[in-house]
Formats: sequence, C-alpha cells, structure tokens
Amino acid sequence: MNMTTSYQKNQEAEKVPFNRFRYLLNELKPKGKIFTPFNVISVPIMLLGLYIIYIRFTQGIGAVTNLTQDVPWGLWIAFDVVTGVAFAGGAYVLVFMVYILNLKKYKPIVRITVLNGFLAYLFYSGALLLDLGRPLSIINVIIGNNYGVSSVLFLVGWHFLLYMLALLLEFSPAVAEWLHAPKLRKVLSAMTLGAVIFGITLSVLHQSGIGALFLMAKDKIHPLWYNAYMPLMFVVSSVFAGLALIIFEGSISHKVFADQLDKDSHKKHDSIVQGLSKICTLAMFVYLFMTIIIFVHEKNWEYLNTPMGYWYLIEIIGFVMLPMFLFFYSSRNGKMLLIRVAAILTLLGILLNRLNVSMIGFKWDAAVRYVPSWQEVVVTLTIIFIEIWVFRWIVRRMPVLRKSPDWVHESK
Amino acid sequence: MDINRRNFFKIAGLTGVAVATGKQLVASPEKKDDVEFYGILYDSVLCKGCAGCEIDCADANGLEYPEDGPEVGVVRKTNEKQRTVVNAKETSKGVVYVKTQCMHCNEPACGTACLTQAMHKTREGAVIWREDKCMGCRYCMVSCPFDMPKFEYHSTNPVIQKCTMCYELTQQGEEPACVYNCPNGALKYGPRRELLAEARRRIVEHPDEYHDHIYGEHEAGGTGWLYLSPVPFEELGFNTNIQKSSYPALTKGFISSIAPVDILLPALLLGVHEATKQRNHNEEE
Ligand code: SF4
Ligand code: SF4
Repeated sequence: MNMTTSYQKNQEAEKVPFNRFRYLLNELKPKGKIFTPFNVISVPIMLLGLYIIYIRFTQGIGAVTNLTQDVPWGLWIAFDVVTGVAFAGGAYVLVFMVYILNLKKYKPIVRITVLNGFLAYLFYSGALLLDLGRPLSIINVIIGNNYGVSSVLFLVGWHFLLYMLALLLEFSPAVAEWLHAPKLRKVLSAMTLGAVIFGITLSVLHQSGIGALFLMAKDKIHPLWYNAYMPLMFVVSSVFAGLALIIFEGSISHKVFADQLDKDSHKKHDSIVQGLSKICTLAMFVYLFMTIIIFVHEKNWEYLNTPMGYWYLIEIIGFVMLPMFLFFYSSRNGKMLLIRVAAILTLLGILLNRLNVSMIGFKWDAAVRYVPSWQEVVVTLTIIFIEIWVFRWIVRRMPVLRKSPDWVHESK
Repeated sequence: MDINRRNFFKIAGLTGVAVATGKQLVASPEKKDDVEFYGILYDSVLCKGCAGCEIDCADANGLEYPEDGPEVGVVRKTNEKQRTVVNAKETSKGVVYVKTQCMHCNEPACGTACLTQAMHKTREGAVIWREDKCMGCRYCMVSCPFDMPKFEYHSTNPVIQKCTMCYELTQQGEEPACVYNCPNGALKYGPRRELLAEARRRIVEHPDEYHDHIYGEHEAGGTGWLYLSPVPFEELGFNTNIQKSSYPALTKGFISSIAPVDILLPALLLGVHEATKQRNHNEEE
C-alpha cells in the first residue's frame, strides 16, 4: 500500500511544531484505496438499507418487516441485539484476562477488541432504536420519568448503556494518543482499571439478562431451548462467542491492516490465538456439560425424535461439540487454519442458538411462521457494514493495532 | 494505572444505593394485596354469541366495527383494531361461544415486562396502557402468555391495543361497556372475590350445565377475567397448560440476583487484580 501511515506522520509531526487543527483536518481525509471489493459491495447495500430505514420511519415498522401480532420480535432483535451482544462478549473476557488476571501476553489485542466491542454496542443499540415503535419515548427510561425496575429489559437497557460508557473509557487513551494529548491520556488511563471492573460486572449482568428477557415467554419457546437456566447459559456461551470472534476478526485484520503491524507482532499473534483457543475449549466444555445436564433434568427425550429435535442436535453436535474438539486439537498442534475453522463454526453455532431461542423456536408451532423480509436482512447488513466502515476508519488513524506513539513510553 | 481506592468505594457505594432503592421500588406494587381487585365473570353457558359486545367495545373505544362475526370453524383473534372477539366452537355439548380479550392478570407479565410502566396494573384491577410512556418495544407482547397486547405495525406513531376493562368508565362509577350492554347477562362486573363466589355457586347449583372449573381462578397466578364453561376448557381452545403461578415469578430469581452481583463482583475483581499483580511482581523480581 502506497500511503503514509499516521504513524510516520506522527513522527514528522514531532519535528515540525504541531498544529492540531491542521492535523485533524488531514486525518479526516479518506485513507486507503476507494475501489476495494468490500467497498463496491457494501456501498450499494448501505444506500438501499438507508432507504428502507427511511420507509420504516415514514410508513411504520410493518411496511418493511414481516412481524406479526404473535411474533413481535424479529431479525432486528434476534440478530442485532441477541446475537450481536454475545459476539461482542470478547471485550469483557479479554480485559478480565489482561487487567484482572494480569495475563500480559494478551495485551496487544486489547485495544482492537475493546474498539470492536464498543462499536458493536453502539450500532446494536442503534438497531434497537429502529425496532422501537415510539423511539422518542426512550427518554422516559433515561431521564427516570418512569422506571420499570422489575423489568428485565429495563435492567438490560441500563447495563447496556453504562457498559458502553465503560468501553469508551477503556478505549479513550487511544483517542488521546491520536489527538497528541498527553495530559488527557494520563487522566483517561488512570480510569481504565475502574472502567474494566465495572465493565465486567455490567457485562456479566447484561449478557445473562438477554437470556432472562425470554424467561416469561415460557409457553412460546420450544422446550428444547427454553429453560430456567437461560441467563446462565447465555453468559457462559458469551465467553467463547466473544473469543471466537476475536480469533476470526484477528485473522482478517492482520491481513487488511498489515501496514499497521511490525514483524514480531505476527508471531506473537499466533501464540495469542492458541491461548484463546484453549480457553474456548474449556468454556465450550463447561457449556456442553451444562447443556446435557439441563437436557436430562428437563426430561426432553420426547422431543428429540422430531424435526425440532434434529435441529437441536445439529446445533449441539455440529456447532458446539465439533468446534470444541477442533479447538482442542488445533491449539495443541498449532494448526492455525483449523483454529480459524473452529472459530467460524463456533460463531455459526452461537448464531444458531440465539436465533433458535429468540426467533426460530419462538412460536415454533404457530400456523404462520415468521420469516424475515428481505428488507430486514438488508437493514441488518447495513448496520454491520456501517460498523465495519467506522471500525476501519478508526484503525487506520488511531494506535489500535500499531504501537502507541513514542511519547507515551517516554513519559512513563 | 492504579485505581484510586477511595473513588472505587465511592462508586461501589453509589451503585449499592441505587440498587437498594431499586429493590424498594420492586417491592412496592406488592401492596396490592390489601385492595380488592375488580374483575369480570364471563359465563359461556349464558352467552348466545350475538357479538354485541364487539360493537359496544368498538363504540366505547373509538374503534372500527368488526366486519365478521362468530362462525364455527373460524378462530378469530383480537388485533390492533379489535380489542375483543367472540368465537363459536363446536363442542361435545353443541356450539359454545367464547369471548376473548386481555385477561387482566393479577400479576401481569406485560406490566412486569414493561420498562416504562406504560403497562400498568391499577389498584382497581384493570391493566391499562398509557400512551405517553410507551416506547413501542413490544416486550409486553413477547411476555404476555395470552398474546393480548396488539401493535399497530402500519402506523408511524403506533399504539398498543388491548382491553382496558373500560378503566375510564369504571372510574366514573359505570360498568365496562360490554358488561353494561350484554342482553343475556353473560357478563358480570364486580370485586373478584365476589365473582369467584358467584361462579362457584353457579357450578354447585347446576352441576350438569357447568364444567367444574373456573378458568382464571389460578391460571397465570389468577386473572381478573373469570370464565365458566359447559365443557372442559381444552374444547374451547383455551391454553390449559398455562402455569398456575404468576409469570413475573419466572424472572424474580434473576432480578433479585442483580443487586448482589453488582455489589460483590467488583470487589472480587479488585481483589483478584491485586493478588495477580502481586504475583507478577514476585515473578519479575
Ligand atoms: S392477559 Fe396479557 S396483556 Fe392482559 S394483563 Fe395478562 S399479561 Fe397483560
Ligand atoms: S411496547 Fe410499550 S407497553 Fe409494551 S412493554 Fe414496550 S413500552 Fe411497555
């Protein structure tokens, strides 16, 4: 790639007197090639998605979705919120490892993971706003006009909001470094540990809270997926969902943003990924064990020999057991490709599980099944693409993958 | 990057207070035990299926008149334009009519689900929806075991439609519109306890006409609407698997575990952090 990285520019900036205004103006310009395959595919979809969102706000939710009176939550909730939050779980697991257990080895990927998590939350809660029929009234919840404190959704919402703040704080030192603001950076990094501690707490609660959202829908969710332990299962699965996403996303970022990395970070990254795979194996083993216990405890044998039963077995055997073995095997043998395959299978498994609870198994016996409309799919893709665009914009500018500027180390 | 310990405890304390007051708020609706809920007894033995109540309901609530009526073999459902429907069912005792609408649960799942308290169990017993508070999240619909709240998907300012037991009319001392207008005396409005006694009396006095069960006495933890039927309720298409305890009880365990986790987990995490930092230091030395 024939572009000057901000890293080089930062060094130049130290020679010439630093003009923050001109620097920021310069940073706003696009960097990198414009006609990449990703851009060519994502831009038309995003434009179409924005148009659909416009229709949604001018003609109502029903104009673009297939939601019914019996199935009030569709793809936007099931994928963007319920699945997306699990995928974003990597941020709390990783900061737990680095800041609480002091496993320094994983430090190089903290920033990118936290950034990923923050953007995921930002855009998923954005998706939530699309799904609200009367979005302006959300102010009631925020200003404390009406607190439905016994509502799981209320608690999830607040934990969600505060967690975004925690993630922002955790990431903020990188922003300060980008802005060449040493004093600000000092203040912000002093808050990291506090943000980490509260962030983890908030995460454990809202990850489980998403499972708890469906506790009252007892008669509506297929018994193979409904059980009283959904909150617990959602937290445990968010651990390996998040880590699998870090592995998957890392394998892409390391190619796309190769210019941001020095040589030995590639080598280090392989050993990081192997470490993460070991943790995935363990978490998946715990999850599988609990799944079996719940299955036996709920006496679900009768459902096994039904179409929904086969579907359940596909999820558990194909997308939990199999990737668990793959992680186990490949992390010992250092087979990086196989680890990636395992990560992808794991992510698909989480997607299946979350959709099964909140969409596919929801009112599974209804005469008319809910199937998302193409507009719902396009809007979902739009949100993912916008997130990737913002992610890329930030990674190209701030010290996320590359090392922090020298003044950070000097001031220590 | 050492945490300022004093600050930490300050924040932990604040969280604690918030959580404690939160808990108090959770507990306050519990006081409803000392008021008497009003409800409606619907007797499908007396109902002749005239579906007049559908019209009266539309009149009272400014809704469109229904285009169809009860018909054997057709299951009509309430929707965003119609808060109540009467269906005809072929049963072992001939055609029986059933009216459906929101059940006005004693402990409504919709009210517990609602994060803005737009769905609200009034002290009188009616479960009402308050437009100014609702944000249209439809969590009430996900949670209601009877699928009663209905949403206007084709509106830019959608409302949730469901029976409110004519809360405004009853506040003025009148009866709900359907009760007031029923020509066959199939509906009776009154304190729930009296309605239960009345229902039991009817079952005891006419054991061959009534099936011995009052639907709504225990279903979903008890509902404001109580049903009498000549045949077992399965035959009328009722969900008889509905649990006897309230639906909000299903989330109580989770809700009450939030406060302890919010308080204890940060302390634990800080402890582990200190311990591992120590260990790292020792290793480095
Ligand atoms: S029937 Fe449904 S909408 Fe009516 S009070 Fe009960 S939970 Fe709420
Ligand atoms: S849709 Fe409205 S009434 Fe129903 S839970 Fe959401 S805010 Fe409450």
